[in-house]
Amino acid sequence: MNVEMLSRIQFAFTAAFHYLYPPLSIGLGIVLVMMEGMWLRTRNPIYHNMARFWTKIFGLIFGLGVATGIVLEFEFGTNWATYSRFVGDIFGSALAAEGIFAFFLESGFLAILLFGWDKVGPKLHFFATCMVALGAHFSAVWIIVANSWQQTPAGSHLEIGGHPVPLGHAFEAADLGRARMVIDDFWGVVFNPSSMDRLSHTLVAAWLAGAFLVISVAAFYLIRRRHVAFAATSLKFGLVLALAASLLSLVTGHSSAGGVAKNQPSKLAAMEGIWQTEGQAPLHPFGWVDMLHGHTAGPKIPAGLSLLVAGRSDHVITGLNDIPPDLRPPVQATFQCFHLMVAIGFSLIALSLWGAWLWWRGKLDDTGYCLTRWFLLLAVPSVLLPQIANQAGWFTAEIGRQPWIVWGYLRTSDGLSVVVKAHQVLTSLIGFGLIYLLLFVLFLFLLNRKIQHGPEPLEESHDLPDNWLKQQRA
Amino acid sequence: MDYNLLWFVLVGVLFAGYAMLDGFDLGVGSLMLGVKDDHERRMLYNAIGPVWDGNEVWLVTGGGALFAAFPPVYATVFSGFYLAFMLLLFALIFRAVAIEFRSKEPWLWWRRWWDRGFFAGSTTAALLIGVAMGNIVWGIPLDASGEFAGTFLSLLHPYALLMGATTVALFMMHGAIYLHMKTEGPLQARVREWINPLIIAFIVCYALTTLATLLYVPRMTHVLREQPALFAVVVLLVLAIANLPREIHRGRDGAAFLSSCATMLLLMALFGLGMFPHMVYSVPDPAHSLTAYNAASTEKTLKIMTLIAAIGVPIVLTYTTTVYYIFRGKVKIGKDSY
Repeated sequence: MNVEMLSRIQFAFTAAFHYLYPPLSIGLGIVLVMMEGMWLRTRNPIYHNMARFWTKIFGLIFGLGVATGIVLEFEFGTNWATYSRFVGDIFGSALAAEGIFAFFLESGFLAILLFGWDKVGPKLHFFATCMVALGAHFSAVWIIVANSWQQTPAGSHLEIGGHPVPLGHAFEAADLGRARMVIDDFWGVVFNPSSMDRLSHTLVAAWLAGAFLVISVAAFYLIRRRHVAFAATSLKFGLVLALAASLLSLVTGHSSAGGVAKNQPSKLAAMEGIWQTEGQAPLHPFGWVDMLHGHTAGPKIPAGLSLLVAGRSDHVITGLNDIPPDLRPPVQATFQCFHLMVAIGFSLIALSLWGAWLWWRGKLDDTGYCLTRWFLLLAVPSVLLPQIANQAGWFTAEIGRQPWIVWGYLRTSDGLSVVVKAHQVLTSLIGFGLIYLLLFVLFLFLLNRKIQHGPEPLEESHDLPDNWLKQQRA
Repeated sequence: MDYNLLWFVLVGVLFAGYAMLDGFDLGVGSLMLGVKDDHERRMLYNAIGPVWDGNEVWLVTGGGALFAAFPPVYATVFSGFYLAFMLLLFALIFRAVAIEFRSKEPWLWWRRWWDRGFFAGSTTAALLIGVAMGNIVWGIPLDASGEFAGTFLSLLHPYALLMGATTVALFMMHGAIYLHMKTEGPLQARVREWINPLIIAFIVCYALTTLATLLYVPRMTHVLREQPALFAVVVLLVLAIANLPREIHRGRDGAAFLSSCATMLLLMALFGLGMFPHMVYSVPDPAHSLTAYNAASTEKTLKIMTLIAAIGVPIVLTYTTTVYYIFRGKVKIGKDSY
């Protein structure tokens, strides 16, 4: 394999592995804020107990997120040096802002969240929890701004050897080292055409990951009739977030796709498997792309895509046939990843509505009730669904962006480090493979042990700071 | 002061901040196998427990700032030192998960294994950081387009390895001084016994490095020869080092720790003074060097970053100080501990 393919695989692998954790800490961060906030309001020890249990899970997830996150910060330079020189003037500001505004915030207050229960008062602790959650969200903001700028560059222009160059100018290989993007307008970069759609979609998808982790564990306890009060209450917290996030993901997903249609027509064509440029473009709920004959097999909703994109059935969608082959992304992968994500998105809405309905009927923890029993049985493995959807969504976004690493300006194949050799990348890739495999097995093992162990019994966990009761009476 | 100089200094400050903060927890890692008892080892982990990942953020932010302010430097160094940086990443991952996983299970074999991983990861990281610094001081071969033209093995020359050893010794000394501040009783007495030998080890390594620098990399001293007033930095550095055993002897741990931090800051200052304006010095052809002027982002980006830093840094310093204040005093093992 050549160095390009190996570098692509390594980046995809390390980014995908890292991305198992941040959505969980973003989503779980919200859950922790809800639980601890309820505890502060009601002083009901069950909320305190819940916050402490989920904080432990959060700590484990966060640790893995940190350990695997540093890799990405380094990898732009190690494997994509030409790209780094090309985008540094723009991309770098976002990364620096992420460090200053997000990572420090998260890691500083994490200390108080994890170890500060007995060191600070309940209000300051709650404040720290809020700051950790906020920091987790901020970190998503900056990295998605940077990534969205790559999808839809704005607020910047291309320069070769210090001279501005109009868009569409194909530069020679010799110019590659002297070409770079230069910032014109910081806010233009931050609010580039896709950043807010993609940010909101990514955040609500992350909430889903956190919510369904809570739902899954709570459902597991309820089925086994363990920690029932704890589980039933946790389940409700998970459901509130899941319902809100799954519906919001529909809204944000729709507007993201609208943005793709406008700004990245070749990506939309690949996502939807559209070959002919036409009005009345059909929508495929699922299907298989026949690359050889340039055709997508499967059921069609006539004019569905045109309607979804523009609200009019005669809206013309550019098909792959009108996009030069060397500017098309890999169609099958983009199509399948996208459809997998959408299918999971709808099943999560269904599951959330089902749970909400049971709650409304007061049957949520009634395992004797057939519909509850089925719901809980499905809820246990449901933790995997947002994870798969998150991964599939990112694969859609990144594969669909090909052949560009910076849309319209720089090809991924031109962004490599010229001095790095294939055998070096192979070495590091094998290293990452082995280490991440070990980490993943250990993570699942420890997570499982924590879940099997369950929350502390209520009396023991009720260890408020010694002076707390006095403060309350005063 | 122009923005290029400002960011040359600020990137240096970020890496100095990293050395001062993560330096002690890497050092604690290198000292980990020095105690045998499980409870004592837990004391060591928990001494750095609440702060280690915040400390590591300084490296992430330093890397981000380098990427933003000097993209060609970031690109050339990170791709040129490919295998060394991959090894550094593996080491940092290993020590991070070692802290995280180690005390989650009571089994002796499990804990022993992670303790070794933590030791190896921490020590390797310190060594590699030193080796990278050594290569930057020594100079590396760059071609006309500013790309690294050497090999992985060419990075492991004696000067770089000496710098690596100096860094390990420095971090171990720093870590021991930190531990002395955070522990009490018999464990503190044990740590106390390590400090003087570690100070000596550091001084020996540092003296050798200085001698080698004077002999083989004389350009690092040009600035001091031309502007003798800057010799004050050397004087302060020597005083900061000499102050270490004095403060320890008087039992003023906090002052000793600050003195150790000052040592690192002054070392970094000396490094920056010697290098400026070069960021990557090219040998044998210095014309290919990357400097704070030919390898910088546009002034507009540097201005934006200055604004970001002006808003962000005071906030960061406020709550970093707050967190250190909340977790001040001797470490105690509780049920939330590692």
